[in-house]
Amino acid sequence: MTDTQQTKIQVRNLSKVFGDDAKKALKLRDEGLNRAQILEKTGQTLGLSNINFDVREGELLVIMGLSGSGKSTLIRCLNRLIEPTEGDIIIGGENIPQLSDKALLHCRRRHFSMVFQNFALFPHRTVQMNAEYGLEIRGIDKAERAEKAKSSLKQVGLEGWEHAYPNQLSGGMQQRVGLARALANDSSVLLMDEAFSALDPLIRRDMQQELIELQHRMKKTTIFITHDLDEALNIGDRIILLRDGEIVQIGTPEEVLTQPADDYVARFTEGVDRSRVVTARRVMRPVRATARHDDGPRTVLRKMSENALDSIYVVDRERRLLGIVEADGVDEAAKAGKDSIHELLITDFPRIGPDEPLATLYPMFHGKSYPVAVIDDQQRLLGVVVKGAVLEQLAQTGEQ
Amino acid sequence: MDFDIPRIPLGDWIESGLDFLTTEFSGVTRAISRGTQSGINLLNDGLMWLPEWALIALVVLLCWKVSGRRLALGGLIGLALIWNLGLWNPMIQTLTLVVIATLVAIVIALPLGILAAVSDRFYRVIMPILDFMQTMPAFVYLIPAIPFFGIGSVSGIFATVIFSMPPAIRFTTLGIRQVPKDLIEAADAYGSTRSQKLIKVQLPLSLPTLMGGINQTIMLALSMVVIAAMIGANGLGSEVWRAIQRLRPGEGFEAGIAVVIMAMLLDRLTQSLSGGKKTK
Repeated sequence: MTDTQQTKIQVRNLSKVFGDDAKKALKLRDEGLNRAQILEKTGQTLGLSNINFDVREGELLVIMGLSGSGKSTLIRCLNRLIEPTEGDIIIGGENIPQLSDKALLHCRRRHFSMVFQNFALFPHRTVQMNAEYGLEIRGIDKAERAEKAKSSLKQVGLEGWEHAYPNQLSGGMQQRVGLARALANDSSVLLMDEAFSALDPLIRRDMQQELIELQHRMKKTTIFITHDLDEALNIGDRIILLRDGEIVQIGTPEEVLTQPADDYVARFTEGVDRSRVVTARRVMRPVRATARHDDGPRTVLRKMSENALDSIYVVDRERRLLGIVEADGVDEAAKAGKDSIHELLITDFPRIGPDEPLATLYPMFHGKSYPVAVIDDQQRLLGVVVKGAVLEQLAQTGEQ
Repeated sequence: MDFDIPRIPLGDWIESGLDFLTTEFSGVTRAISRGTQSGINLLNDGLMWLPEWALIALVVLLCWKVSGRRLALGGLIGLALIWNLGLWNPMIQTLTLVVIATLVAIVIALPLGILAAVSDRFYRVIMPILDFMQTMPAFVYLIPAIPFFGIGSVSGIFATVIFSMPPAIRFTTLGIRQVPKDLIEAADAYGSTRSQKLIKVQLPLSLPTLMGGINQTIMLALSMVVIAAMIGANGLGSEVWRAIQRLRPGEGFEAGIAVVIMAMLLDRLTQSLSGGKKTK
């Protein structure tokens, strides 16, 4: 994810105090007291304190924290299911905490769809009618909402279940209905509150995968709440870590794992399977030398001997990777007086995208002993991964 | 003690209050009285117009549809017995009063119950009033009914409505408040207005509880219209009342058994109606 993406939601100085004397609690907070001290002194709970972050257009942002960290409060402040005590939440030029009741209704209908931990499906409505709910209350006409609901049910794989009632479905299917209800609404942001936490682990994994695919396809800005770090690392483009109502760290899964902001985060990330999170980009090394496709065999040989290489990558003018040549072959070509290395190119070598996790990378070392080339989507050579670097990264897990 | 503490003239106050209401609002009460009386006549005539066997057939069919063979059989035997005892007309009169009193009670109770569900303040105001209405001995309502509406069925309905309304209000409130919080949250999150939330989520989900309240109201209404015979309401109650005055236990029990049959039929019917909705 690049920084050039547009900002969808800006959250600034957001705080929430539970209790009737919020001002006093916030004053004590500003004087430097922590959550426990404020609770003891005033009986007020500081649910969220001074939260600042941006949600980028089209990203899947995970807000992660243990219970009591304020993550549920945070997501509910965004659409004001819980009234924030202070701060700004800006979406589409509107500041949500300042909206009138009517404007808030409008804002919820246009911007937010929500998926809930315990599904919160309407038991008296069929699957189809559940999916239609958001459209129905907006006054969309019958034919149109039926069609939209149908297509979103299809997207989550519930075709043919339109006339069933929620209590006839399994948990995983019920949550698909919840997701379909959110998608049918076609709002600009998807809020998912511990959406998969109530599902059993196998189904949960499937749902995560499907969400990633769906999100990738639709580019729907998604804010996903979870208490499960594995889930956060698995699905998040970025992760916000919350503790005691404050943000501890914001970063990509890899950053959270490899550069934990403090001990709290580090302890969190202990025991995480790094091979699934650390990417090829992280462990790759720069390529010391490459041959150009129009280099003659003698030039190539010299480059190889200067860098003590047995084989060398061959790239074109745009650094696109064409193949690899081996010293023996080039040597023979030079002796034979040939002036091109084209016919020596070996194209059957391991390569991988920069964002692939180590888990994918590792099996590639079984065959030939070439390093694995890391290439971007234009086939340009970014670096190489050698076996040692992978092992080194994996070993770090064991040490902790 | 020597101090002579004056007796608080609570009864006098209530009487002068009622007097005030009767004189100042006589136009209103008379209009209500006329309206109710014509409602009673209409329904009564309608039910009377149907031959006995036709009504029995209708009820049996209804029992069969909503419940099953057992209730249908029970209905057949029960109603045939009432017909046989010559209590058909009083039974119809009682049924008319119950139906009208229940309808009026529901029409008043539903909005009040909804209001008490959404407003905590109104809830705190109305709950003690409901306690008062339910614990006050039922006979007491009969007394002010007479100056308001005169002797007869309208007064009976007035007293019946007051006596039978509280459970309908309570159950409506309870039903709406029992709707799971996460469903309310879901309705809110998608931007439902208050009335959308009420109509599309809260009321449908409180329907089983609400039907329970209506069932209670019908039962209380039945017991009250019987008592209301004391102020001239027609029906099975006046048969019982006459039997008491003439010391005829046999006739009294016959009318009493007819009331029991009606009560059981009405109870089972409304119960299976609400149960039928729930299993859907």
